Amino acid sequence: MNPTEQFELQRIAPYFINGVDVSFTNASLYMLLAASAAIILTIFATSKRALVPGRGQALAEVLYEFVANTVRSTAGKEGMRFFPFVFTLFTFILMSNLIGLVPYTYSLSSQIVLTFAFAAFVLLLVILYGLYRHGFGFLRLFVPHGVPAPVLVILIPIEIISFLSRPVSLSVRLFANILAGHITLAVFGGLAVMLLGAGSWAALAPVPVLGVVVLYALELLVNCLQAFVFTVLTCVYLNDAIHPGH
Amino acid sequence: MADVSVYGPIGAGLAAIGTGAAAIGVAIIFGNYLNGALRNPSAAAAQFTNAIIGAALAEGLGIFAFLIAILLYLKA
Repeated sequence: MNPTEQFELQRIAPYFINGVDVSFTNASLYMLLAASAAIILTIFATSKRALVPGRGQALAEVLYEFVANTVRSTAGKEGMRFFPFVFTLFTFILMSNLIGLVPYTYSLSSQIVLTFAFAAFVLLLVILYGLYRHGFGFLRLFVPHGVPAPVLVILIPIEIISFLSRPVSLSVRLFANILAGHITLAVFGGLAVMLLGAGSWAALAPVPVLGVVVLYALELLVNCLQAFVFTVLTCVYLNDAIHPGH
Repeated sequence: MADVSVYGPIGAGLAAIGTGAAAIGVAIIFGNYLNGALRNPSAAAAQFTNAIIGAALAEGLGIFAFLIAILLYLKA
């Protein structure tokens, strides 16, 4: 009973270019699925444009208002120019988390490659936009206000290191949460199967199944929460780029 | 000698203690939030988002410890 078997990549359509493996894997399939789920949801929800929204349109409006409030409250008015990017990030991560909760699917955000790609992109966006907007005044971010000079010598490397560890913590938080949840669910399911196959212990078999149900509810909460936290922290880091200096 | 199949699971168990520390951290954040919310209920809703962000940050560090435990367990 290997709980990590669910994370293995399987090539659906093998394709090699000069020995480099670029085949269409199940990860690619689920990425397409998550992206198209997000696109179809927003297109169908906003196709009617009724003044009094129906259920689908209300869902899209709630999603929009939620992300817009988050961006506006953390990054201010100027942060709204990043709203399309943040909305895309939030919807894609939410969709890939929710699709991964369905049994027998492949959970995308449990791959460190994907989450690190997002986090590295956010970091690059912060650095490049900060430099574009404020020039080298962006480096004021690492120099807090009203700190005497001897402390500054130690403080600036600490600030730089903590800034560079942001993509690491952002990506590992999402990745490890989803990974841990799915492994726990698989282990509990394996427990139920093992109990059923052990003769007289089969009477205890409903207990792990109950555990799976409870854990599933927790996983639902954690997945949605982690998508939200990734988005909020992205907005906070973008706010650092827009208004550097403490 | 220093065999990973012998000491790996021991290390995994030690690393998983970090998840208990994360639970304490999250409990401190929400405990303080509830404390403040009971004193000033009208200001509580505005700070709920901050409480969730703080809890996610604290839990993230505990997840790092759990990740190390998983990696060691899978290697051994």
